[in-house]
Amino acid sequence: MTMALISVQQLCKSFPGVRALHDVRFELDAGEVHALMGENGAGKSTLMKILAGVYTKDTGEIRYHGERVDFSSPREAQAAGIGIIHQELQLMHHLTVAENIFIGREPKKAFGLLLDDDKLNRQAAELLAHLNLKLDPRTVVGGLTVARQQMVEIAKALSFNSRVLIMDEPTAALNNAEIAELFKMIRELKARGVGIIYISHKMDELKQIADRVTVLRDGEYVATVPAEGTAIETIIGMMVGRTLSDERVEGAPAGDIALEVRNLNCGPLVRDVSFTLRKGEILGFAGLMGAGRTEVARAIFGADSRQSGDILVQGRKVSIRTPQHAVANGIGYLSEDRKRFGLATGMDVEANVVMSNLPKYLAMNFFLRKRAIRGATSRFIRLLNIRTPSPVQQVRLLSGGNQQKIVVAKWLDRDCDVLFFDEPTRGIDIGAKSEIYKLLRSLADQGKAIVMISSELPEVLRMSDRIVVMCEGRITGELLPHQATQERIMHLATQRETSKAA
Amino acid sequence: MDNPGLAQKDGLKARDYGWISAFKRRLLGPAALQKLLAFASLVLLLVYFSFASPAFMQTDNMINILQATAVNGVLAIASTFVIITAGIDLSVGTLMTFCAVVAGVFLTYWELPMWTGIVAAIAAGALCGSVSGTLIAKMKIPSFIATLGMMLVLKGLSLVVSGGKPIYFSNTENFPVISQDSLLGYVVPGLPIPNAALILFVMAVLAAVVLNRTSLGRYTFAIGSNEEAVRLSGVNVDRWKIIIYGLGGAICGVAGLLLASRINSAQPALGQGYELDAIAAVVIGGTSLSGGTGTILGTIIGAFIMSVLINGLRIMSVAQEWQFVVTGVIIILAVYADMLRRKRG
Repeated sequence: MTMALISVQQLCKSFPGVRALHDVRFELDAGEVHALMGENGAGKSTLMKILAGVYTKDTGEIRYHGERVDFSSPREAQAAGIGIIHQELQLMHHLTVAENIFIGREPKKAFGLLLDDDKLNRQAAELLAHLNLKLDPRTVVGGLTVARQQMVEIAKALSFNSRVLIMDEPTAALNNAEIAELFKMIRELKARGVGIIYISHKMDELKQIADRVTVLRDGEYVATVPAEGTAIETIIGMMVGRTLSDERVEGAPAGDIALEVRNLNCGPLVRDVSFTLRKGEILGFAGLMGAGRTEVARAIFGADSRQSGDILVQGRKVSIRTPQHAVANGIGYLSEDRKRFGLATGMDVEANVVMSNLPKYLAMNFFLRKRAIRGATSRFIRLLNIRTPSPVQQVRLLSGGNQQKIVVAKWLDRDCDVLFFDEPTRGIDIGAKSEIYKLLRSLADQGKAIVMISSELPEVLRMSDRIVVMCEGRITGELLPHQATQERIMHLATQRETSKAA
Repeated sequence: MDNPGLAQKDGLKARDYGWISAFKRRLLGPAALQKLLAFASLVLLLVYFSFASPAFMQTDNMINILQATAVNGVLAIASTFVIITAGIDLSVGTLMTFCAVVAGVFLTYWELPMWTGIVAAIAAGALCGSVSGTLIAKMKIPSFIATLGMMLVLKGLSLVVSGGKPIYFSNTENFPVISQDSLLGYVVPGLPIPNAALILFVMAVLAAVVLNRTSLGRYTFAIGSNEEAVRLSGVNVDRWKIIIYGLGGAICGVAGLLLASRINSAQPALGQGYELDAIAAVVIGGTSLSGGTGTILGTIIGAFIMSVLINGLRIMSVAQEWQFVVTGVIIILAVYADMLRRKRG
């Protein structure tokens, strides 16, 4: 009988006030891709961080190569051969590929006084060649695409001769071609006997890459099943403790034009963009990462300055130069990067909810009406089913789905007519996802005009009343739901300009 | 950042959101703990110096401490606002002097009534602060650089306007009253707390109200917490930043009046160095230089720790050179203790 590479038994971990893991089991074989599934807050990241030495366990047993281990720091885990690729990449953008890979372990010369850059680059080149990665060790990391940066991160983890690689949502920021490349690499690592713990919210990936799936729910172990032969609905059912329908939600027919954009230009990623948006409509913006969809939203919202183009709100031409103007005209923008652009995560729920509409909650135009703020916040907590212990909980302590709902609450409070949702379900677990979908639909039913930017095609197909596809800053096509298929969208999304316009 | 564990427990316990739990939270929450720690160190210092030197607990010396704290404390209040926005204002010291010189010009050169000098000093402070704020908000110059430049500009202007000589308030008999008299002493005989300390107290209360109960305060915290998110919420961040720096400047004007009244003159060469004492007080008080958190009470305690320390060491005849060394070590230790406390959660 072969021994498991990692074997976890009866693992428990609590944080003050929260039981993060309770009696959790987990096993990883060499050469296996083991997917770890569960909603946000199910305990996936806690388990992962304990294995990687970021947290220490309370009780339970972790065996690695059959021996009991208890890593007290990521450095210790790394040295033992357990590497982790965090969702937010931990690279130094100003340094080169080689410098990043060997940070803290730079080869020295002249009695250890000087860095040996030649040797550094040689070692990095060897490593990259060994992994079949076409990367120049001397390239500055900040200039690489996210996918390539991730490859650097993987190379770095493997440079420690890792036997175990933990990947936290590695495909979150990748397009389909890049995902294929990543999977190819994962299969190669598998063939070399590396065990991979794979965390993702994307169900279709499981079938492609995972051997076994372990599901956690509310910090407890639910089951381990083979990926092949287990229906995705079964896994989702185990994750949420109920079954979810994936039916298309049909919307009411759209009304008057709420927003019209004509010949918008803003940098290389927004070129001659024109579209209309009707009340009660969800307009899907599809395209690959970097197609310019976010840039269009930011340009309309006044976050980036436009070069040319007109914006008409309810048929009236408006001048929007800053986000304030946009908000004054009833346009709201929910960023893809909630933590950076959407929330003051160090502040509490109620501060964030009333952020865009504070003047409404002032007495004498200056003093906060705390009772009114608390009332409005409590109303939104109920309305959107935000799971928080209290309105004064710090936002950073809440899960991604609940954070997203707080951003939504912020714009609902402002009563915007036009809402741009940029990747509304990124980093959100599947249960909360369907809640966000319902929310989007009910907002549209109430007459809001919604633009939904999404890189997940099933999401675009499921939600949109109309689909606009972008490629390299241009709109390459518009589809109605009955015309749209994943293939057609991908075709439009990769429709590059053959000749440069003069 | 507050201790997450405790905050969470607090949140869970505070489900009734009533005033009792709010009170408990304020008293026992992590923010209160920090203040308690700082306050305990202050008490410890007072006790130590009282035993170490009989001259320390004398009324005159206590008044000296209060006078010194008043100036640094008011400057530290100004700095607190700016630091909570994740900015820094290096010009508070020389701005204070510039405001005092402006008061001198109004009262001594032009022989105008006293209230005009007071208004002019505060207005000059607000104006200069707004200029710094504009440089930072509109021209996107890092606050460190913008206010470093402002510090030198104001230092130069103070010398130019005054001709490099102190301006004595010889035409305004009542000017020293602002700082030196004791309104409280009239009401409660035997409690000769100087007006300067009273003004510090009033300023602190007002600042705490503004910081915790008004839109200005809310935006101060929000900008320090995530400026970009606030901007994308449709808030005019630039305008609020200018207002915050302007408010800081106005408060420096008050500090300028306190100092000038205390020494009955505007000393144009004074001022540089005060900004670092102010920043030290803010930091000892538990406000993070990375913005988003901070309290006025902490800042006031920090200011008292600084002035008690300096005064106590002087009374114990510790050489000036060593006073610097000790103060420096104390600042580092105070911040380190704060970091440890935060980490423990």
